[in-house]
Amino acid sequence: MKELKLMKGNEAFAEAVIRAGVDGYFGYPITPQSEVLEYLMAQKPYERTGMVVLQAESEVAAINMVYGGAACGKKVVTSSSSPGISLKQEGISYIAGAELPALILNVVRGGPGLGTIQPSQSDYFQSTKGGGHGDYRLIVLAPASVQEMADFAGLGFDLAFKYRTPVLILSDGVIGQMMEKVELNPQVKRRSDEEVAAECPWATTGRPKNGPRRIITSLELDSAKQEIHNMKLQAKYKEMQENEVRFETFDTEDADYLLVAYGSSARICQKAVQIARKKGIKVGLLRPITLFPYPTEAISKLASQVKGILSVEMSAGQMVEDVRLAVNGRVKVEHFGRYGGIVPTPDEVVKALETKIIGG
Amino acid sequence: MTETFDKPEIRTPENLVYSKTKVLTDNVLSYCPGCGHGTAHRLVAEVIDEMGIQNDTIGVAPVGCSVLAYNFFDIDMQQAAHGRAPALATAIKRLYPGKFVFTYQGDGDLAAIGTAETIHACNRGENIVIIFINNGIYGMTGGQMAPTTLPGMPTSTSPYGRDTHIMGNPLKMTEIVATLPGTYMVTRQAVHTPAAVRKAKKAIRMAFENQKLDKGVSFVEIVSNCNSGWKLSPVKANEWMVNNMFPFYQLGDIKMNGELVK
Repeated sequence: MKELKLMKGNEAFAEAVIRAGVDGYFGYPITPQSEVLEYLMAQKPYERTGMVVLQAESEVAAINMVYGGAACGKKVVTSSSSPGISLKQEGISYIAGAELPALILNVVRGGPGLGTIQPSQSDYFQSTKGGGHGDYRLIVLAPASVQEMADFAGLGFDLAFKYRTPVLILSDGVIGQMMEKVELNPQVKRRSDEEVAAECPWATTGRPKNGPRRIITSLELDSAKQEIHNMKLQAKYKEMQENEVRFETFDTEDADYLLVAYGSSARICQKAVQIARKKGIKVGLLRPITLFPYPTEAISKLASQVKGILSVEMSAGQMVEDVRLAVNGRVKVEHFGRYGGIVPTPDEVVKALETKIIGG
Repeated sequence: MTETFDKPEIRTPENLVYSKTKVLTDNVLSYCPGCGHGTAHRLVAEVIDEMGIQNDTIGVAPVGCSVLAYNFFDIDMQQAAHGRAPALATAIKRLYPGKFVFTYQGDGDLAAIGTAETIHACNRGENIVIIFINNGIYGMTGGQMAPTTLPGMPTSTSPYGRDTHIMGNPLKMTEIVATLPGTYMVTRQAVHTPAAVRKAKKAIRMAFENQKLDKGVSFVEIVSNCNSGWKLSPVKANEWMVNNMFPFYQLGDIKMNGELVK
């Protein structure tokens, strides 16, 4: 039975993780996502479901605990915020290279450096273009509500195990901290060790009696083999691009102009669309839900319909590059953003649309 | 030489007094001739075999000379990022408390880049075995100074000898972890003589047996040679180890049954 609750985004994520039958959470405190670990500890999931919850000595240790748990076929998750996510990049690269399923939540704050604890969306490049070393991609989910903070816990694990790949939930300080009503799924039973072993024959759960042993590694000293491994990863990323693109549109049917925004910026842009339409400007919104794979085709189609596109994000202009790649010069594309922890108002977005796109 | 080994008539069961343990694979070891890693691998494999836990043991390989350890043990293994093996082992053991979990790490991995993971896994009292091979040098990357390099010892990054005023002092991680409440057994062994090998094996066996007790980390340091890194023949390297490494890294039990020895 579904349950309706009023929760913070971070808490909704933590509760959804328990209910999704997750086996382990490993984390380290950092604002604005500490509620995830706090909520989990308060809930005693080790009593509720037998889930392991551990406060690690660092973000580095936490992501490597995730590696160890994921390599055993268990459902494991970590969460952090921007500076901590930077520390995890080495481990994320290893997880991608070793083809392990894992879930990572980034509740983004403003950077660079220690930056600010206020919301931002300035980790888009890091999330979608690499982050760590080597040719790899993450599936990146961008929640725009507390409901999606909860829903993407389950979806994230489904995708992580489907592709044996790390999945990143790219949230931000607004979505993590704000309270909304959320409909929670019923408790899913954690898989038994036998079920894990049957589902994940690749996992290191103890060498089967009849062998062969399982090895989890991202090392291949023979470059010819390493290239083949990389090709396999690339084929997987292509498959994701073909099958996993998720987005939604608002008021695009008759739109002359288009806003593109994800996460909390998309919420602000929904209001901006209403304000602009009251002024007689026919504008719509496309909200990418997956940032990788990116809804390139959907934006490309809309580029044939509209006169100009404004990419809105709380950064100095990162996602706008992917919008421009999708549009390929056919119509004008501009960026509007506030950053350093400043959240723009819907009126500012409308004004930017008027000056940069319509009048520009 | 070849002649001796090519006589199938002498390979009969009654003549068999020694054989490769089944927990080691047939892969050719990637270690230099004369290196202690091969012996240390064999001891760990023998213990796993004798305890009958080949199907219940999960090992973690480090970054360093033993990065390919997973090619030599016929058990399920994971390869960790540099220094992070104790973090992996922490998660594996907590998610599978019934399995035997060990890390196998060198001194650069465990005592430099992995210092935090080592100390915190030991301090939390993770119920794992840590096998720590200390040869005072970064072997795989070509003989650079390690956290364990002795004062005055030349390496490729301390070509005139380790000047402690400039380069700092060698770190005795084993003594450090012995002071932590989460370690149950801490010992320092060697594998350069048959007597030392027998003692080291006993220690490794005890370390693995300890996992059944749920009383924290069992930590076995093995002081070893690095003849290629030290630029000495295997025999000379062992002599140098006895004369220089052992006085600084004294062999023996440091903590047994949760109590400091002495």
